[in-house]
Formats: sequence, structure tokens, C-alpha cells
Amino acid sequence: MFDWVLQVPILSIVCYLPLLGALAVMFLFKKEQGEGVRKFATAIAFLDFLISLPLWFVFERDGELFQFRESHSWIETLGVRYEFGVDGIALLLVLLTTLLGVLAFLSSWSAIRVREKEYYVFMLLLQTGMLGVFMAMDFFLFYVFWEVMLVPMYFLIGIWGGPRRLYAAIKFFLYTLVGSVLMLLGILALYFYNAGGLLDMEGLGNPRTFSITQFHDIASQIPAELQFWVFLAFFVGFAIKVPMFPFHTWLPDAHVEAPTAGSVILAGVLLKMGTYGFVRFSLPILPVATWELLPWMAFLAIVGIIYGALVAMAQKDMKKLVAYSSVSHLGFVMLGVFALNGPGLNGGILQMINHGLSTGALFLLVGVIYERRHTRMIAEYGGISAEMPLFATVFLIITMSSIGLPALNGFVGEFTILVGAFNRSWFWALMGAIGIVLGAAYMLWMYQRVFFGPLKNPENKGLSDLNRRELLYLVPVVVLCFWIGLYPKPFFRILEKPVSYIVEIVESNRPEPGQHADMGSIHRISEHGGD
Amino acid sequence: MDSIQPQEFLVLLPEIVLATAGMLLLLSGALKSSNGYRICSAVSLAALVGTAVLLVTVQGVPETPRVILSGMFIVDGYAFFWKLLFLMAAALTVVLSDRFLSDGGYRPAEFYSLILLATTGMLFMASGHSLLSIWISLELMALSSYILAGFFKHERKSNEAALKYFILGALSSGILVYGISLLYGATGTVQLDLLASTLPSAMSLDAGYRLAAAGWLLLAMGLFFKVAAVPFHVWTPDVYEGAPTPVTVFLATASKAASFAILVRIFYQGLPYLRPDWQWVTAGIAVITMIWGNLAALTQSNVKRMLAYSSVAHAGYVLMGVLAATEDGLWSVLFYLFAYTFITIGTFGTVILLERKEYAGETYDDYAGLAQRSPFLAAMMLVFMLALTGIPPTGGFFGKIYLFAAAVEAGWIWVAVVGVLTSAISLFYYIGIAVQMYLKDSSDDTPSALHAPGLVGTIALCAVVTVLLGILPGPLVQFAKSSLGGLL
Repeated sequence: MFDWVLQVPILSIVCYLPLLGALAVMFLFKKEQGEGVRKFATAIAFLDFLISLPLWFVFERDGELFQFRESHSWIETLGVRYEFGVDGIALLLVLLTTLLGVLAFLSSWSAIRVREKEYYVFMLLLQTGMLGVFMAMDFFLFYVFWEVMLVPMYFLIGIWGGPRRLYAAIKFFLYTLVGSVLMLLGILALYFYNAGGLLDMEGLGNPRTFSITQFHDIASQIPAELQFWVFLAFFVGFAIKVPMFPFHTWLPDAHVEAPTAGSVILAGVLLKMGTYGFVRFSLPILPVATWELLPWMAFLAIVGIIYGALVAMAQKDMKKLVAYSSVSHLGFVMLGVFALNGPGLNGGILQMINHGLSTGALFLLVGVIYERRHTRMIAEYGGISAEMPLFATVFLIITMSSIGLPALNGFVGEFTILVGAFNRSWFWALMGAIGIVLGAAYMLWMYQRVFFGPLKNPENKGLSDLNRRELLYLVPVVVLCFWIGLYPKPFFRILEKPVSYIVEIVESNRPEPGQHADMGSIHRISEHGGD
Repeated sequence: MDSIQPQEFLVLLPEIVLATAGMLLLLSGALKSSNGYRICSAVSLAALVGTAVLLVTVQGVPETPRVILSGMFIVDGYAFFWKLLFLMAAALTVVLSDRFLSDGGYRPAEFYSLILLATTGMLFMASGHSLLSIWISLELMALSSYILAGFFKHERKSNEAALKYFILGALSSGILVYGISLLYGATGTVQLDLLASTLPSAMSLDAGYRLAAAGWLLLAMGLFFKVAAVPFHVWTPDVYEGAPTPVTVFLATASKAASFAILVRIFYQGLPYLRPDWQWVTAGIAVITMIWGNLAALTQSNVKRMLAYSSVAHAGYVLMGVLAATEDGLWSVLFYLFAYTFITIGTFGTVILLERKEYAGETYDDYAGLAQRSPFLAAMMLVFMLALTGIPPTGGFFGKIYLFAAAVEAGWIWVAVVGVLTSAISLFYYIGIAVQMYLKDSSDDTPSALHAPGLVGTIALCAVVTVLLGILPGPLVQFAKSSLGGLL
């Protein structure tokens, strides 16, 4: 039924459709045609989602690791290729991006009423940037998309954000730019190391490549010292994006100031680019350094979990609370990823999707109530469940999903992560479990203060419940939360191959017990590889 | 010395035509007190286009480099590339100055004739094969530029700019020619290829060594002054700020590219024997130029001054390609300057469009809310700012990547690292303009003047080229590569 997908450059179409949409908005619409722009842009986002949907059905779970490949020569002098492809991990993230795109566009309808044309242009550009990041199989191309995505996000926060938007936008931009410059240095270091003659396995005399899979192939041959430095360079780039403690301070600012859709995209997709980076690059390309730095990574992840949760608990502003909860949840994802085993990675990646759905939905919900009352202070509410029963129900489901109630998506992810973490160390698992408890505490406490009890604030009387458009973008998330919670198998199935691929690379580069991967031992490690 | 064949002058046809056109314009200005700026600009455009056509047909890219006029003049792919770039930059400058001159009330004939004469100087510079001919043509360009910088003679800033430019320019010229004379003293020649071949034996003698070393160092200083590298850059901000903006465009693009053209040719063709020496000197200069240029740009409150310091920083990036002394380094320099020319013309074109009076459009405030007043202009400016920062997908990104890559591959990793880090700094001040345009509200609501089709068209063209080079850099890389024949 979807065979046509294999006949066309489907990934490029999905990636560039929003860009075309942005150009169309720019040139075909006038400033005053807010409504037209709104509808057109949302239609584009929806169309993009529809086109991306067949990927899920056509993707062969047991086939090639990377599918829907497109490969063209791009910049020959540097060996840069225009290479797109997705494995199970990227596929899930691509679908998450196109789906959240639709929701974010829909949620903007009533929230954004100034400078609409520009807003939708930036949103569409952002879509293209993010999709490209997940699809790129060439380091250079990846970097290009990574940078492209920064600019629209900056403007989204800076123009349509809250009162301190300028500060938040600049902070966001500087943080991420510093990160990406260091990442670029890391990429170039690998590139030049390789161009020094390592990867000339086919004897073509031209080892210049940015191909990510080719770097996977030579992972064990990259000297430990170089791995160490490149890992640090990548770490700064990705950790800022995740954000890992102590690089997280831009996130609450950005989240709080960003417009609802911006927060949704930020939490739902952008943060995943950091964890995706670790999964796609740091682990399989720099396995020796990964092992070397494992304790530190776990330490930072755990600090993130606990610290994020504690700070979230202290928040009076709902949006800030959700923002800090992201720090905690992403710490959880990192813990799973750096468990470096099957369950940990599976759980970590699934939790990336879960967090995208749950936190995305939480931001949407906070946005809904903010639009009605123009305040996000928890103290302003109380007992509104009677006024907005539908809203309260959806909010409850999402809260439960966020704290990991069984039958909902969060549970599956957190449980799998805990299994993985436990396999690595009981202490990690313990810390993760504490994080879950804390998470339940602050989320439920917030829910209780906002929805239960007598109606505290007379201004909240007669708040209108969710309207049809709002239901339209919230229900799909709820459905997905239940789907993943009740029947996660298809998701784990699609992750099977890429996860075992990464685990295999990482395991084969595992140092002997008690042995430190220094320059001298690198040789021995690669000799022992695979046993 | 070979005698000069009369038919050799035929090869000079493009230069001759351009010089003649320039002088005729000057003459017409002298004879007729008021001639329309439209006619003048049309004539100069025609002259520039005609010269380009002649360049392609008469000189073209010969299979082997051809040295004529007793070793004074060389016709090769390298010269061809630059000449094409100069002519394009000059033509765009002419278009940009349109509205500017009509509003200012200055007589256009002199202005355009000076542009044409300066361009003639550049064409000769690109083809210079002897230190003497290079110096003379450099002076033709420089003297025309001094007058152009002071063209708004009723403006104090313009006068000041011209005076500073002239005094420092003359000084640097003196240093340059002193260096040339010392080199001549050591080797007995000023012709680049002979210089290259005699320098080793000349420098083997103690006296000759000292003479030649002092000579090339002074020569290098003069050249660094021309490309505005730190610490020889001090004239740049004042001149860029004070000169009429179209002149600033011309100085920042064509004039700077021409200076790089001769710097590279002299270093590579004349002083290959000294390569390790000039590599180190250039590396040091490049590093302080990138650091100082970027830091100084950070603190500016005037947009033209900021752009001036940023152009200093960009000179530092280009020097990175020069010092690599590899094929990759060289074509990166050509690529970068080509892209930079279009980006800069676009940037200053926007500045000009915002100028309501002669010197408005310069403070950051003038850009406040531009995205509201004129979304098109703001979008173009955003593209240029991103390109100058080096963010993909723009020509500026590839320009920088190529330069960094060339430096790394030639083993100058630390220089490239400084380059990457300083270009991260540059984002702060470029994004400052974007902040004004998109995030601030305008103080007045008057829509920006877009009733200058030539200007708007130029800006749009530059933006298209900038983005195109960021998506498909291949063809320009090929062109730049093929232009290098015989230089290395």
C-alpha cells in the first residue's frame, strides 16, 4: 500500500516540505492575512505528518540498519555527501517531530496573534531543521541542520515570548552556539584524524568523509586520547542541549519565556537532539572514552534527576515546574543511555519519545489555561476541576503518564531504564527510583493544588472547558500515551536492531576490569574486542 | 630585457578601455558643469560590462601564464578570477551609489570616473608581475580611493576619513616601496619570477641576507596595511565610518580583494624561498587580527564601525588560507573573498537603503523594528549577518569551513582553533543587528524606502548569491581551483 514511499526520496520530501511551506508563506501571503497563514501553515504541518506516517509501516524491522537512504555527492572537495537515512531510533524521532509539529501549530492558533506571518515562517523553518538533524547521516550535513535550527528557535523565543524574552533568547542562543562550536571542533578533529589515512579501507586514496556510519566502523581504531577530547567536545554540545546539570540553566528561562508552541517543540523535540547525539555519536564512535567517562556521566545524570526534581518541587509557576521536571526526566534518559546495555538504551530512547509526548502535552495544557487566565501561578488556582472537567481529566492522564503510572507510557520507559541501570549498578537504580518518587510527589502536589479542593479564586468561576480544537490536539497524545503504555512492543521492536548495534560496538570496546583505557592500552582493547 | 612588441598592447585592451572611459567621464565633468547622475552611472556600468566582455574574449584564461611588457604584466587564470570579481564589485558599487549621489547633490561625473580609475588600478594589480608595476597600480587605486573617501567634501567626517586614509596610506606606501628597493638592492630585480630565483643565492651572502630580510619584512608590512590586518588596521574604522557608504562598499570589497590578490601573488610567486618565514609572520598576524578585530567589533555602537572591525576580523580569516601555502588554502582564499564580496555589498546596500540623511542608518537603533517596517529588507539583512557569522547554509559558512580546513591540513591547527573560537565571538555583534530588527520595536513607523529598484535588486541579488553559495559551493570551488594554474 505504501510502496510508493520507496520510489521517491521520501526523507527529503518530509524534511523540505515545511521549508517550501515557509517560502510560500513568505511570498504568497500578506502581513494582514493572519488567518490564511495560520491555516496554510497548519495544513503543511499536517500534510508533512501524513507523508511521514508511511515510514512507520514500510520500515523493515529486520532489514538494513538505515533505510530510505538517499546519498548524493554534495561538496566533493571536503568529501561531504548529502546523505539521509533513518534507523529505528531516528524514525521514532522523525515521527515525533512531525506529530508534535501539528500539535504545536494547532495550539498556536489562539495563542499567537501578533506578527503571525513571521511566526509561522520560523515554525516551519524549525521543522525542517529538526527533521534534518535526525535524518542526516553525514556529520557535516548534521551540523548544518543543527545550526539552521538554532536561528528560528531564537526568534520564536525572542519575539513571541514572555516579558524576559530577550534575555532568555540570547541565553539560549549563546549556550547552544558555544556548544555547537565545540561540537564542530570535535567533528573536525575526527575528520582530520581520519583524513590522515585511517579510513582508506577500500584503497581509493581518498579517506575524506563525514559519513557517520563510516565513523562507526572505525570506532575501535581511534586512539583513546583523541576519543577523550572529542568526547568532551561533543559532550558540551549535547549536554547543553539535553540539558544536563550543570548546563541546564538556559532551559527554565527559555521554557518560561517561550510561547506555548515554542515550549512544546523545545521540550518535545529539541532536547532530544542532545540525547540523540549521545546515542548516535558519542557511544558508537567514541566507545573507549564512553567507558572512561562513564562514572562522570552517570553522576551528572543522577544529579540532574534529583536536583531537577527538587527544584521543580519548589516552583510556584506551573510552566517552570514542568521545565525543571524536564531536567529531571532527561537525566533519567541519560541514565538509561549510559547504562550501556540493551534495556537501558531501549528505555532511554523510548523515554525520549515519552517525554516528548507527556511534557509536550503538559506545556500544551499549561498554555490552555494560561490563555484563559493569563497566569501560570499555582496559587491562583485551586478547585478548578469542577469548572473544567474535561481539562482536569486530560491533565490527570498526562500527569500520570509523566510520573510513570502503569498502563501509561512513562511507566514502560522508566521501568526499562531502571532495569538497565540496575544491571550496571544498584546505586544508579536506587537513585533513579528516588527520582521517580520525587517526580510523583511534585506532579501530584501541583495537580492537587490546581484542581482539587474548593474553588479558591472567584476569577476562576466559569472558566470554559477545552474546546474542539484543543481536544483535537490533545486527544492524539492521550491515545499515544495509552498505546505505548499498554502495548509498547512495536516500539521496542523497531529499536531492537539499532540498539543491539550500538550495544555491540560499545561492548566490544569495553576495557578489561581494572584496566584504564590510556594510550598504551588502546591496542590491547581493540584486540580483545568482540569477546 | 626583451623588447616590447606592439601587439602586446592588444592584450591590455580591457584595461585600456576602462581607463579611457574613466578619463572621458572626468573630462565630461570638467566641460559640463551639471550632467545627470543617471547618464554617468549608465556610462560607467556600460564601461564595466564592456571591460568584462573584453576580458573574457581578449585575455581569457590562457593555457599557460603569459608574461608580457618586459615582465611587467602577466595574463593567467589567477588574474582573470580577480579581474572578474573587481569588475562585478565595481558594477554593483555603481548601482548602489545611485540614489546616494542624487540625494547628496554632489557631482556624479568625478565620482564615477574615480571608481573606474580605481578599478583600472585593480585590474593592473591583479596582473602585476613586477613589484614596480604592482606598486604603481596600487597607487592608482589608492589615490582614487583617498579622493573617494573624502568625496562628501562638506562633511567633516568625510574629510577626516580622507585625510587619515591618505596620511596612513602614504606612509604605508612609503614602507612598501622602501621594502621593494631593499629587495632590489639585494637581488637586482623586481620581477617576481626573477626575484624568486635569485633570492636564495642573494640571501646566502651575509649582507644580502640582511638587505633582503629587511626588504621583505617592510614589503609585508605594507601589504598587511592594505588588507587591514592588525596592527596595521587603525585606519579602517575611521575610513569606513567617514567615507560615503558606497565608497565604503568599494573599499571593503574590491579594494580589499585587490590587496589580497597582490599579497598572495607576491608571497607565492616572488618569495617562495621565504615561505617558512612569511608563514610564521602571517600566522601571528592572522591570530591577533582575528582576536583583536572581533573583540573591537564587539564594543562598537556604530554599525559602520562595527562592520569595519568585523572586516578586520575577516582579513584574519583570509590570512589563514594564505599561510597554509597549499592549493586548498589558495582556492579557499579566492572562494572566501568572492563570497565575502557579495555578502558585504548586500550588507552595506541595506545600510545605504536605511540612510535617510547622509549619515543616518548607522546606529543600532536605526534597525529597530525593521522586520515590521520592511520584512523583506530585514530578511535580507538577516541572511547577510548569518553569512558573516558563518552559519549554514550560506556562502560565509563554506568560506570559513574551507579556510579552517586548509589551515588544519597544512598543520596550523592552533590558528584554526583561534579562528573557530573567534568566529563564535563574532556572533554576538552580528546577532545584535538581528535583535534590533526582529525583537525591538521601531521608534517610528514610517516604512523604509524601497523605492530604489536598483538598490533593492542589488541587495536581493547578493542575498541569492550568498545562499546559493551555501547550498552549491561546488562550481565556485571549481572556478577558483582552475584559476590557480602556475601560482604554486
